[in-house]
Amino acid sequence: MTARNETDDEPALTAEQAAQIDRAVVGEGPLTEEEEIYKENILDHYRHPHNTGRMSNATFSNRELNPLCGDTIELFVKLDDRQRVCDVKFIGKGCAISQASISLLSDSIKGKTIEEMKNIKREDVLSLLGIPIGVVRMKCALLSLRTLQKGIDTYEASRQSHNGQRRSGECL
Amino acid sequence: MKRSILKHSTMIRAIEIKKDFPILNENAHRKNLVYLDNAATSQKPKSVITAMTRYYEEFNANVHRSVHKLSELATEAYERAHEKTAQFIGAQSGEEIIFTKNTTEALNLLAYTLCKNLKAGEEIVLTEMEHHSNLVPWQQIAKEKGLTIRFIKVGKDFRLDIKHARSLITDKTKIVSCVHLSNVLGTINPVKELAQLAHKHGAVMVVDGAQSAAHLPIDVKDLDCDFFAFSGHKMLGPTGIGVLYGKKSLLENMDPFLFGGGMIAEVTLTDVKFADLPAKFEAGTPNIAEAIGLSAAIEYLEKIGMTTIAAHEERLTEYALVRLSTIPGLTIYGPHNTTRRGAVISFNVEGIHPHDLASALDRYGVAVRAGNHCTMPLMNRLGINGSARASFYLYNDTRDVDALAEAIGKAKTLFKV
Repeated sequence: MTARNETDDEPALTAEQAAQIDRAVVGEGPLTEEEEIYKENILDHYRHPHNTGRMSNATFSNRELNPLCGDTIELFVKLDDRQRVCDVKFIGKGCAISQASISLLSDSIKGKTIEEMKNIKREDVLSLLGIPIGVVRMKCALLSLRTLQKGIDTYEASRQSHNGQRRSGECL
Repeated sequence: MKRSILKHSTMIRAIEIKKDFPILNENAHRKNLVYLDNAATSQKPKSVITAMTRYYEEFNANVHRSVHKLSELATEAYERAHEKTAQFIGAQSGEEIIFTKNTTEALNLLAYTLCKNLKAGEEIVLTEMEHHSNLVPWQQIAKEKGLTIRFIKVGKDFRLDIKHARSLITDKTKIVSCVHLSNVLGTINPVKELAQLAHKHGAVMVVDGAQSAAHLPIDVKDLDCDFFAFSGHKMLGPTGIGVLYGKKSLLENMDPFLFGGGMIAEVTLTDVKFADLPAKFEAGTPNIAEAIGLSAAIEYLEKIGMTTIAAHEERLTEYALVRLSTIPGLTIYGPHNTTRRGAVISFNVEGIHPHDLASALDRYGVAVRAGNHCTMPLMNRLGINGSARASFYLYNDTRDVDALAEAIGKAKTLFKV
């Protein structure tokens, strides 16, 4: 029995398919020449991420998960006495887009204040990545930002309760 | 090489079948689609789409409510869908067929109604390879009622450890629920044997047939399972229609899951008498168009024949297993031969995250799934975070497998692995 006897009438790939093949990779839609460069950049960050590692004296840290890809990011941020980021580290596991994204984002927040980090928009992260991201992979691309901003939220909430600014019973 | 299923089957010419599916047609919006994500959902033939459109255009009305002609036509078609589904899986009659929105809802229905009268300490037996839909509903009710869940182990051969099953299923066991065809491993589980074990100890047997009903001939009488759940959309039908088969004697003694219109015989301000089967379990206006679509899907499948489809997929799986296993760095998670195995192949390529792989394959026109496939505990068991998964159906052929293999090669070049 040969399983191949159905394939005789057509080649495996049409010329059109073959032409599509070298066009692109991660992301959506055909890439322009410029985007190809970013694509290499992403793969570089994926293979050799910046700022990896743990930190024992972080001002705050946070771990988030993207169940779609099973991506995880644990982010550690240290602020100096002027409340600016003086060090950042992360441990991550997952797809190229999620890991390149946190590598790029971690570089970009150095020297930033809490307020500045809170103002980072999803568009900023996408422009760091520089390739078009489809709706399905958006969660991968933005896991980095979610990890950072949720970490900030938790940090600020705990600072507030330390300072006794939150009046108990307020919600009653 | 001898396989009985192959001997009696006629060949499928997938290239001809593709013509029946608008999305796979050569004039389709997306040209040359290599669709290998059938375990997630199947494509729909024109006949299914037409059947649903005809209902909306020609006899749209609610069922079991009004006496006018349209309602009569709609009711007839809706009831015929029950009968057709019953006969498709070897049930006694349409009374044993309850339409739900999907397999998940069918399994939730069972978890809530079957566990309602169980007592703390009583046991449910599941397996390590369950889809979340056949795990989480039981987990939740078990927590509430103090029930214990035990899990049949998956062995190194990617099959259930039957010895372990024998030790787990005891007189304490009240429910055994097991996936028929694993949506990750492709393993076909010996549910008939498990049903015998369950019955020996007075437990009921539930089969999650989400993947099997679409690909294998099913005879619930032969399996002797008490319940069998599956989804229309994985078997050429529309989304929004699922099926719960249950033995009539059991369904009759179970409480309804959802309450409301359509499922009652008589209501007073303080009490209610429930309707007969299957209406008792179908509260509210059902998915009428979807039931009609499912009916048309079954007609399409039966025209080709489930045995023929199973044989076609077996040949294709055999070809794919050989073709993929020659790719360096590629690991297959599932049985490496086609014995008791369906057309689902999960794999990883070393050095490429499954989602990156799936994105790359998509660029080359090949649609596969990647991720944990709603089976996180199984992923943990396999020691992986996720996998890519190619799953075949009647319209796939060896060309599609070749396209997959070539696209994987391209992805490897791109990721430099």
